[in-house]
Amino acid sequence: MKFLILPVASFLVCFGLLAPVTAKNSEDIRCKCICPPYRDIEGQIYKQNVSLKDCNCLHVVEPMPVDGKDVEAYCLRCECKYEERSSGTIKFTIIMYLSILGLLLLYMVYLTLLEPMLKRRLFGHSQLIQSEDDVGDQQPFANAHNVLSRSHSRPNMLNKVEHAQQRWRRQVQEQRKSVFDRHVVLS
Amino acid sequence: MFRVLRTTRGGGMETDFERLHPRDSAEEDDDDEMVDIAGATLDFSSTDDVPPLGAGGLDDYFGSSSSSRAGVTGVTGMNGSAPKLVDPLDDPLPGVGTYEDFNTIDWVREKSRDRDRHREITKKSRQSTLALLRSVSDAFSGWLLMLLVGLMAGALAGGIDIAAHWLTDLKEGVCLVGFWFNHEHCCWTSNETTFQERDRCPQWQTWAQLISGQSQGAFAYIINYLMYLFWALIFSLLAVTLVRAFAPYACGSGIPEIKTILSGFIIRGYLGKWTLITKTITLVLAVSSGLSLGKEGPLVHVACCCANILCHLFTKYRKNEAKRREVLSAAAAVGVSVAFGAPIGGVLFSLEEVSYYFPLKTLWRSFFAALVAAFTLRSINPFGNSRLVLFYVEFHAPWHLVELAPFILLGIFGGLWGALFIRANIAWCRRRKTTRLGHYPVLEVLVVTAVTALIAFPNSYTRMSGAELISELFNDCSLLDSSQLCGYKQPSMNISDTGAGNSLADRPAGAGLYTALWQLALALIFKMSITVITFGMKVPSGLFIPSMAVGPSRAGCWVGWCSPGADCITPGLYAMVGAAACLGGVTRMTVSLVVIMFELTGGLEYIVPLMAATMTSKWVADAFGREGIYEAHIRLNGYPFLEAKEEFEHSSLAVDVMRPRRSDPPLAVLTQDSMTLGEVEALVESTHYSGFPVVVSQESQRLVGFVFRRDLLISIDNARKRQEGVVSASLVVFTEHAPAQAPEAPPFTVTDHTAMDITVDIFRKLGLRQCLVTHNGRLLGIITKKDILKHMAQIANRDPDSILFN
Repeated sequence: MKFLILPVASFLVCFGLLAPVTAKNSEDIRCKCICPPYRDIEGQIYKQNVSLKDCNCLHVVEPMPVDGKDVEAYCLRCECKYEERSSGTIKFTIIMYLSILGLLLLYMVYLTLLEPMLKRRLFGHSQLIQSEDDVGDQQPFANAHNVLSRSHSRPNMLNKVEHAQQRWRRQVQEQRKSVFDRHVVLS
Repeated sequence: MFRVLRTTRGGGMETDFERLHPRDSAEEDDDDEMVDIAGATLDFSSTDDVPPLGAGGLDDYFGSSSSSRAGVTGVTGMNGSAPKLVDPLDDPLPGVGTYEDFNTIDWVREKSRDRDRHREITKKSRQSTLALLRSVSDAFSGWLLMLLVGLMAGALAGGIDIAAHWLTDLKEGVCLVGFWFNHEHCCWTSNETTFQERDRCPQWQTWAQLISGQSQGAFAYIINYLMYLFWALIFSLLAVTLVRAFAPYACGSGIPEIKTILSGFIIRGYLGKWTLITKTITLVLAVSSGLSLGKEGPLVHVACCCANILCHLFTKYRKNEAKRREVLSAAAAVGVSVAFGAPIGGVLFSLEEVSYYFPLKTLWRSFFAALVAAFTLRSINPFGNSRLVLFYVEFHAPWHLVELAPFILLGIFGGLWGALFIRANIAWCRRRKTTRLGHYPVLEVLVVTAVTALIAFPNSYTRMSGAELISELFNDCSLLDSSQLCGYKQPSMNISDTGAGNSLADRPAGAGLYTALWQLALALIFKMSITVITFGMKVPSGLFIPSMAVGPSRAGCWVGWCSPGADCITPGLYAMVGAAACLGGVTRMTVSLVVIMFELTGGLEYIVPLMAATMTSKWVADAFGREGIYEAHIRLNGYPFLEAKEEFEHSSLAVDVMRPRRSDPPLAVLTQDSMTLGEVEALVESTHYSGFPVVVSQESQRLVGFVFRRDLLISIDNARKRQEGVVSASLVVFTEHAPAQAPEAPPFTVTDHTAMDITVDIFRKLGLRQCLVTHNGRLLGIITKKDILKHMAQIANRDPDSILFN
């Protein structure tokens, strides 16, 4: 069952990003015309929220700075481009990114600062020191968890989560040792 | 396969296996496995690859043979009762056939396993419709996996692009209409933009405006400077602490490690889900902090992580390391495809740079996945104009044959710079590895960010991100552009409109252009030096964009040397060729680089200049050192990567390279039927070898087969646990399969007088890990991949002890 979570999550992510694209806001389309300097008229940029078929100089450049017979010559120098964007996608992505970043930061703060404090308060300082496997390890996520898991008998689900988290921490510690300390991999 | 015979004596005792290998018996469902690299202790926590011992039922995959396996049978000898044979083929052992961390896989074994599995499925498919459906779905699963990989990688890349743009602009100011808009999107609908100031609008406020209310003047400049520095430091601090806390494997580019993984190496956790999450988040932070790095290399890593995670959904790919590497090759193509918007270039990059074995089937599937990813990225539309890459340019000015000379000159400079960059970067990384500099990674990142931000802010060309700089330099100046690089003197207003078309190339340089040029020269020098230090830091870092940024900067400088009135050149084209030359000099890519460049720019007319510059750059750079940046990093880390492109030119023989050498202890072998369990365990415990040859007897030394350490240990442990009466004095018998089963993959042998270049070729082409050396049919020694690598290092006068892994 566990392996179903992943494709479901990934599909949600994909469709979540793609779906806002289809809902077009009228503010999300525009025609942008850039007109260079002409005689004594300065260069100008004109923008309007028109659709593709109306995206040309005559519809967008308003008010027209030149008179009747010069309009063609002026419009020939202008370049009009049709552009589209999806503001919904942008909003969704940024908010999702910030929330994941926030969650990761909170989790990091919890693991580094709060958890050892909680353990110490629950079990007393001495037990913590006794349980240290590798003495010189001052890294974050030191094995304070061992104390907890050995002394309590908990229901299976929580035990599994504890176990998984412990194992993950050990892996990260190993990785950190090999990358940051021993410089064996990824130097 | 192997059987352990038991005597009728004895009861249980503490198994020696436990003593050898303390085990954590928790159940796990990801394939991250914990191993101590330096020692030989194994952690046999079960993973997805390895169902827990005692589970009993397994897939039919394990039902077919081909790996050496151990089982337990009973034998008489004492009291005449018939032996009770427990045929392990009915209940195959889990864990057999998997690999330890930081070891090389056995390609031959994996491939023959897959062939057996396929044969099994085809044979069964004729029996019932269900089996037929299963065989169809098995064939289809590869394509479904590619589709999923493309979707996921494309979605992630789109998210990364959008977030990186927003965060980069956050250093300058914030949008009042909606904080999630970056500068360009904030001013999207505004009518306040003018021709000269394309980016100004009241909805976008710089920090100086927000804090002090002024937008010009020295005070505002200082506030902007300080805020820029502040944000840059915050972003890089977050990046490096997150990497350190959650996934230290997420730092660096990732391409050297992926190259090694694709050649058969195993690094557990390198392509896991925590690495994926961390790399995605911290890549955005690192790129936005203004550091001189790109995101293309890390995007390849991200795509490979996605592929590895999705492989767990399909049994066919989860259990077979060789098939998984096919998918990873395709994922590398997907990574480059979403980074550059170049699907064909991505496939060629995977073929040329990253993959080790690239069969035709992988080619087609990589292309499919790259297209799906490019399509997904396009529908997310991160740049607001249906373009996949920021610097998509469309100029079509023709080039003259005479211009080949400056193009070749650009190639020469690119090659020189590439060689210089590789030497400098490797020297710096080595210093980081061996001296005290490497003990302060967080501080190092902060210092480099501070230096980069301090120097980059004043110069507008370094203040903008690398991709924007390239895009600006690639753009051919037309009358519509207002950038300083296009500050040519406008023709006088009396000239009629018909003259306007010709005058573009003849415009003399205005004063603004000269300031732009010396700013660009300073930017070039700065970027060249800072990239050397930045690549390889403990944050995700790529180097495509910085290398490409050096090229156009140099070319842009040349443009100013055009004498007024002369028929001048299209600066955008020179920028493009310069970028290709520099990138080619650093990475030594050839075909893939040319294809990426013309997919990026859409200029098919420019293939010849690109090819000329790339070839020249590669030749010049190869004259100084044969390795590209990725191979150099592989060598720095000591990965066991047997380079597939080089020829082995020395005239040594197999007997010179094999072990044991004269001074070594004799070869540790197992005999076919005369060793007891205790002796086997003692032998395994006293040595660290990953496999043992099996011979008929110590006197004859005739070769029977080869058994892997891991398989042996698992079988012994299983025997001790499952069967009664197995003690240290039980006899261990290694026998062949019953003839009905498929034959197992034999160990490869060469005679002692085989030339080493043939042996190296055999290792490369077949993906061997070890090879036995015989003389007149008698076993003489063994050559492993590590021995070959050490030998090659010795020949090249390098330190053979730098090969760390097996």
